[in-house]
Amino acid sequence: MQNISALNRSESWRSFWMATWLGWQIESNWTDPFLFAVYSIVKPLASAGILVVMYTVIAKGNFNTPIFPYIYFGNAFYIYVGAVMSGISWAVIDDREHYKTLKYMYIAPIHIPAYWLGRGVARFLTGSIAVVITIAFGALFLQVPLDLAKVDWPLFFVSLFTGIAMLAMMGLILASITLLIAHHFFLIGEAVAGALYLFSGAIFPLDVLPAWLRPVGFAIPITYWLELMRRSLVGNVAQAFPTLSHFSNLQLVGILVGLSVIFGIASTFIFRFCDYRARERGLIDRVSNY
Amino acid sequence: MVTEQTTLSNLAVEVENLERIYKIRGSKKEKNVRKELVALKDVSLQIKRGELFGLLGPNGAGKTTLIKILTTLLAPTSGWARVAGYDVVKEPGKVRTQINMVSGGESSGYGLLTVRENLWMFSQFYGLPSKEANQRIEALLKIVGLEDRIHTKSSDLSTGLRQKMNIVRGFLTDPQVLFLDEPTLGLDVGASRDVRHLIRNWLDQDRSRTLLLTTHYMVEADELCDRVAIINQGRVLACDTPSALKQQLQRDALFEISVGALNGLAVPTLERVPGVRKVASEESEEMTVLKFILDEDAALGGVINKLTESNVKIVRLDKHEPTLEDVFVSLVGRSMAEVEKEGSNGDGK
Repeated sequence: MQNISALNRSESWRSFWMATWLGWQIESNWTDPFLFAVYSIVKPLASAGILVVMYTVIAKGNFNTPIFPYIYFGNAFYIYVGAVMSGISWAVIDDREHYKTLKYMYIAPIHIPAYWLGRGVARFLTGSIAVVITIAFGALFLQVPLDLAKVDWPLFFVSLFTGIAMLAMMGLILASITLLIAHHFFLIGEAVAGALYLFSGAIFPLDVLPAWLRPVGFAIPITYWLELMRRSLVGNVAQAFPTLSHFSNLQLVGILVGLSVIFGIASTFIFRFCDYRARERGLIDRVSNY
Repeated sequence: MVTEQTTLSNLAVEVENLERIYKIRGSKKEKNVRKELVALKDVSLQIKRGELFGLLGPNGAGKTTLIKILTTLLAPTSGWARVAGYDVVKEPGKVRTQINMVSGGESSGYGLLTVRENLWMFSQFYGLPSKEANQRIEALLKIVGLEDRIHTKSSDLSTGLRQKMNIVRGFLTDPQVLFLDEPTLGLDVGASRDVRHLIRNWLDQDRSRTLLLTTHYMVEADELCDRVAIINQGRVLACDTPSALKQQLQRDALFEISVGALNGLAVPTLERVPGVRKVASEESEEMTVLKFILDEDAALGGVINKLTESNVKIVRLDKHEPTLEDVFVSLVGRSMAEVEKEGSNGDGK
């Protein structure tokens, strides 16, 4: 029989591609196709509905201020944070605790970070469906000011894919840390997602935060990414808030790319450290049964 | 042990002074107390290419810990190990291209995928061409009698069938070194036989393949393995071919005496009878089986007298050829069942 090491498909590509296939099988096969479609549509609409009800109560039904599209788009794109970042780290928990396959993945000749990234692709795809449905619903029924003819498409796609890459790097960091915390993984995921939600300008501009807390928001790349997504779709909304208005689009893209690179480099070192520590402490296949 | 002619290049596994200590947190009351559990102590082994090497020992002996280290899942505390010539700590990526592993007694796998999908996916992670992978999957499933379940979701398989699927996963990638950790644990007699058949055939097809098997089934080790290391409490107590290990007891007289209630007669009392070297006891609800290693047959008289004096009813008496179980008893002083019982009661030494 053929020696496997002689086979020439790239290890990273192979890991990423097969993990993408596996992730999609898991995401799409947990129920029948009809229920999956209903779930994919209803879940984002329900989230949007909750947000709109809350906004209606607070703003007394005034949908014509810039804050409404600010919040709406911020929330819509924040779906990607949960989907991509938590999705990637969830692969560790899923494989170790639920399927008990993490050790078999680990001893396979694969590139573990590429495997985790691949597992996040399916979440990115299902997240994209949710984002599109949420925005379409807002534009059609909630007077969210979206004019497709005025959208800055190049900026939109550059920002979207840079942002997704950035979220993937953050996901790798979270996945690496998850390797070390067999017992309290749920708390970590929720804490990170909650903190980023508050400090990244998803639901309110950073100006609302006390001055001493704003630097936290400025250090998070998600803040710049959400701003870029809003600017590419509805430029005038962003101008209504001073937080990042002194930055040009190009500057924001530069900051986003720079922070993404920093997070990418950090994720490499953090993975190596966590991988080393997990093997040292025997955590790769430790099941908490929580 | 390995002969002098053995060169480094024909060693599949080398282990030198390997030690692994687990640091265990105390209970909530003893939060700051850190206990240490020595899982492996000064283990040195050499396994030649083409060997079927068995690690034989009770639960908790350190077998799985050793396999975890050799498969790069766990770092040793000290010492070193090489698999297929690569250092498991410094070159884990290279080791992984040469190995595969299956752990028995667990039901891992993606339940949403069919048997074929599960196996095909793993073959792709190992870079196997898809067509070849499918051919291997069908052939291996046939050998273990799972071919009619190829399109069944693995969540719909019984634990035993899922274990068979995992065993196929191990062989599918045709590794240079295959680690099987208790592969027949929990399988019925027929399935265990199929697995043993698969193991032997796989090795016979290509003598460059190496297999390291852990088991606490003496008969399995005796039947399958070219060499066996007996391990207990993290230490390798003996390592040789099964026949050579048993040979050590050839001059001894081995008796098994099944008795009713012991009436307070303690095993150490029996060990003090002249000519008795080791005694192990295995208790069941109905009777106790006493396993004796005697210097010579003549010592049996003293044993019978001692039992009779204590009003112990002898139900059955057998003299037998040495088995690996007897080797274990002679090395450890207790039967493997006794050691496991003590371990599960938390009073293992």
